[in-house]
Amino acid sequence: MAYSELTEEQTMLRDMVREFAKNEIEPLAAEIDETCAYPIDNIRQMAELGLLGIPFPEKYGGAGMDTMSLALALEEIAKACGSTCLSLAAHTSLCATPIYLFGSEEQKQKYLVPLASGAAIGSFCLSEPGSGSDAGAATTVAVREGEHYVLNGNKLWVTNAGLADTFVVFAKTDPEQGVRGISAFIVEKGTEGFIIGKKEDKLGVRASDTRPVSIEGCRVPKENLLGEENKGFRQALVTLDGGRIGIGAMSVGLAQAAMEKAAAYSQEREAFGSLIGDFQAIKWMLADMATEIHAGRLMVHHAARLRDAGQPYTKEAAMAKLFSSEAAMRATKNAIQIFGGYGYTRDYPVERYWRDAKLTVIGEGTSEVLRLVVSRELLKEFA
Amino acid sequence: MKIIVCMKQVPVKDSLLKIKDDNSWVHEDELNYEINESDHYALETALRLKEAHGGEVVILTMGPERVKEAIKQGLAKGADRALYINNADFTSIDPMTNAKVLAAAISPETPDLVLAGLQTDDNGSGQTGVILAENLGLPHTSIVMEIEKLDNGIKVKRELESGWFQWIELPLPALLTIQSGINQIRYATIKGIMMAKKKEVKELALSDLGLSGADVAAGSTGLDFQKVYVPEKTKQALILEGDPKDVAEQLADKLKNEAKVF
Ligand SMILES: Cc1cc2nc3c(=O)[nH]c(=O)nc-3n(C[C@H](O)[C@H](O)[C@H](O)COP(=O)(O)OP(=O)(O)OC[C@H]3O[C@@H](n4cnc5c(N)ncnc54)[C@H](O)[C@@H]3O)c2cc1C
Repeated sequence: MAYSELTEEQTMLRDMVREFAKNEIEPLAAEIDETCAYPIDNIRQMAELGLLGIPFPEKYGGAGMDTMSLALALEEIAKACGSTCLSLAAHTSLCATPIYLFGSEEQKQKYLVPLASGAAIGSFCLSEPGSGSDAGAATTVAVREGEHYVLNGNKLWVTNAGLADTFVVFAKTDPEQGVRGISAFIVEKGTEGFIIGKKEDKLGVRASDTRPVSIEGCRVPKENLLGEENKGFRQALVTLDGGRIGIGAMSVGLAQAAMEKAAAYSQEREAFGSLIGDFQAIKWMLADMATEIHAGRLMVHHAARLRDAGQPYTKEAAMAKLFSSEAAMRATKNAIQIFGGYGYTRDYPVERYWRDAKLTVIGEGTSEVLRLVVSRELLKEFA
Repeated sequence: MKIIVCMKQVPVKDSLLKIKDDNSWVHEDELNYEINESDHYALETALRLKEAHGGEVVILTMGPERVKEAIKQGLAKGADRALYINNADFTSIDPMTNAKVLAAAISPETPDLVLAGLQTDDNGSGQTGVILAENLGLPHTSIVMEIEKLDNGIKVKRELESGWFQWIELPLPALLTIQSGINQIRYATIKGIMMAKKKEVKELALSDLGLSGADVAAGSTGLDFQKVYVPEKTKQALILEGDPKDVAEQLADKLKNEAKVF
């Protein structure tokens, strides 16, 4: 048997998702990018295959696999369609995961089981019009009134918002305390005062459904407080640590797709009497792509393995996402270069990969913020 | 209904085949393998029959160690268990030999239905299934596109030439070879993948099948496998001259005795 870093199940999962993504997702990717149509049919099919609950135990409706398996699946889906990948990543890592990690048994039964089994779709509401990187500066508030909390504020950039059933929402229960006064709540779709706004018209991941949410006197039962009051900021950071592994995997997938398309094109296109793939300038671009993709993938897998082993992984996840997303920007940009003028048109997918990749250096921690995270973790060792 | 599905692994489509220096075969270790296309449809057909009428789906695979991957994929899609024969030591791999060994593995299972792909994408002989039926003494139909279960047997639709079909009734047990593209093949679910390792894969040695090395030795079926080679290209053209009747005679003679095309 050939050497493999993956278990037999992980290999089978990767191969299954690769085939599924190639046959069912990729053929729609260009069209839904154009029309911004959320890939709902694909999401339903993915639910049937068990892809909406990969890292959660079977008793909560999940597949009983791990973070590593989720990373493998997200990479394969990103190769076919960045939008579909982002939707799945946000559902799994940002909504279902905090409920799994911090929710009570009743909350898991009520909300995690449908999310993990794919009966429900999830969203995560942290960012606001006035606060993204500086999430602690959020101004949404939650005031306890008897059996309820009453929420008021505005959220922005909520992935899956138009179709989600379940939202994890962060709000200040003790605004005086700054980041130590934030709490997380589970809010159901359709709750009065929880108003989903208009779809954003974006550069990339255009089919992923991103919307603002305005929260106006929204009454949430006190049972829907996630974990303890005022622990929300830490919960958000832990959630994002895990989410970054997913965005790292998405970056690797986009870069891989760009490299595969560019390498194949370099073996077809002729100029000055030879294949463009014979020019050293092109070969070096491809070699850099291959090298950076390999490094990024290993970093993503390593962070995933640390998480699965229950070890600290904040720094490694931040590094993996930082490196892979920036590598994806270089790879997708150079893929357009290798395609020349054709690459600049929508007749080929490489410009879409580049637009989709741009999200990976912004969402779930911008590159700048990730450098802060990495340096903070690093300098702890020297303090 | 107990259904046995014969599945084989073949080199991935569009593989670059490199012939060994001694022309004995191609370099297999440089190839990637996948489940033979029509075998996928045979498995899908079996799984659907089981879902509709109950019973058991058993995969039967022969090949070197690597074919266990194909078995795992089939089990992940929903087959109940598998029989595996390692043929790494067989020196004969023609359809006669294969059918002989497969028949020995199938007989004791007494299935109601045996399904095989129409043909394999590597050798493309289309023989194994039908010889197997003969060896098992079962009625068979080839190029099957649809199966209906009757009270006392089955009714199948088989493909004929130029868009024609034929419906035939068969008693059970029977053997069918299945055409590609007849249904939508399912993907393995993650649940299926996780369950696959808990399912039984029974490894059968020749002795378990009541066969010996001589049964699978080169030449045992009368077929003499000489060499594998790339069709030779020659740039020779022969122009026959003379009156048409004479030229036609010369041409017929050359086709018959030199080119041996008839
Ligand atoms: C398509 C999409 C989907 C998204 N999905 C979600 C979602 O589902 N849920 C959710 O809550 N959010 C989501 N977001 C929001 C995303 O997480 C934020 O956009 C991101 O965190 C950046 O925040 P910001 O946009 O407010 O930028 P800002 O924080 O305003 O940053 C602007 C610039 O300043 C830089 N900067 C900020 N702080 C520092 C610093 N300390 N040092 C150096 N530079 C700094 C940034 O790196 C950036 O270059 C999504 C965003 C997009 C585009």
